[in-house]
Amino acid sequence: MTEKFEPVIIGFTCNWCSYRAADLAGTARIKYPPNIRLIRLMCSGRLDPTFVLKALAGGADGVMITGCHPGECHYLEQNYKALRRYLLLRRTIAQMGVDPGRVKLVWASAAEGVHLAEEITNMVEEIRELGPLNWPKWDTNGSKASVAVQEEVTA
Amino acid sequence: MTTNGKPKFAMYWAASCGGCEIAVLNIHEKILDVDANFEVVFWPVAMDAKYKDVEAMPDKSILLTLFNGGIRTSENEELAHLMRRKSQILVAFGSCATEGCIPGLGNFSSPEEIFEAVYEGVSTENPEHYRPQYNYSMPEGDIHLPEFYPVLKTLDQVVPVDYYMPGCPPESEQIAAVIDLVIQVVNGEAELPPAGATIGAGETTVCDDCPRERNVKSIKKFVRIQELEHIDPDLCLLEQGIPCNGPATRSGCGCLCPQAGAQCIGCYGPAEGVIDYGARLMTAFASVIDSNDPDEIEAILDGIPDPAGQFYRFNLAGSLLRAGTPAWKSNGSD
Repeated sequence: MTEKFEPVIIGFTCNWCSYRAADLAGTARIKYPPNIRLIRLMCSGRLDPTFVLKALAGGADGVMITGCHPGECHYLEQNYKALRRYLLLRRTIAQMGVDPGRVKLVWASAAEGVHLAEEITNMVEEIRELGPLNWPKWDTNGSKASVAVQEEVTA
Repeated sequence: MTTNGKPKFAMYWAASCGGCEIAVLNIHEKILDVDANFEVVFWPVAMDAKYKDVEAMPDKSILLTLFNGGIRTSENEELAHLMRRKSQILVAFGSCATEGCIPGLGNFSSPEEIFEAVYEGVSTENPEHYRPQYNYSMPEGDIHLPEFYPVLKTLDQVVPVDYYMPGCPPESEQIAAVIDLVIQVVNGEAELPPAGATIGAGETTVCDDCPRERNVKSIKKFVRIQELEHIDPDLCLLEQGIPCNGPATRSGCGCLCPQAGAQCIGCYGPAEGVIDYGARLMTAFASVIDSNDPDEIEAILDGIPDPAGQFYRFNLAGSLLRAGTPAWKSNGSD
């Protein structure tokens, strides 16, 4: 392979902390690789494992879930729910032959732009090491699931 | 269109166990209504008919086809296309056709691993290491076996489907109700549900039909049901630490298992609006674990020794990922 593999990583950020950390990284002109696509949720507790599975099935090579540090959740303790879902999801995808390292949970407060940028940089290199996930684009005729996904995309 | 004026009915089994056919026959004397109102033209498990007989029928000449089983072989796929062409209403009947079911668990493994287990496994004596061959020539002529595909697909991943009827197998009362409805439609007394609808099932979850007492859940330990000395007959099974799939599973079965003291295993598939059944269950289970400490959470999760099997027992082929890596990589699509 002559060209360097550029992984696609979907990052889920929390409105109150990690999204602001990413914002801070931007205003402070801290550099991190453009491989991550950030999606803002109101809270890491909003993270349905469906989002992660859809990202992986839809072409992402990795997923980063970010939230407030334990004990600092804007909604008291929803980030603990995210933690528990993440630990359970890791076990499940490992059984499906997906390296659990492709899904990562990172805590970052609104002041930790540098920390978040570092974590993103590290994860991009880790996923680059793992290589492309290349989950198949299933050829479908009339799947309900694929219709539902398309509707959501165009909505 | 028909030889005796009655609309035509067909039922086919692809990769399935035959339980769906038994469930249809379990509607007892209602089966006489099927005979009175339909001409059964094709139903391999119940009557003799050849594929070429179906091929000779005009397109759309069968009013109702109940198609059970997943699509695992080239023969399954051929019949899916054939029945789609010949049928006006094609129903994905039962869990295998709608979401893969137990045959869909083969999607965790490559075909080679599956053949290894079947032809070289501990329960098989095969000293000559015989394996079936797709093509074989003998003096009498060439014989062929259908191709075994790398992954099992649901019916709607192969052909468009009009209705979905979940269940492993669908409950007989639900089947009887659906047959009644189709008879009413034929007689102009009722209208068909909107295309793509799930029929013969509820819209909420098994929990909503469950008579067990439900409180705020907080779980310190998951256990397998056989490990419990005593099961409270009135309390929610999940609250007792038994991984019960009720929270994500579509209602319609009458909540039979939890009422009999066994956890729901999810055979009625995802509840209305759920995209990925396993993800919904992971959300539900993780939410009720009573710990905020990563190590303790891991220890609690050890109580679910096979999470993928727990969450995707019936739904692997119909899930977002659909198959484990060994299965799809065997297709050379890496």
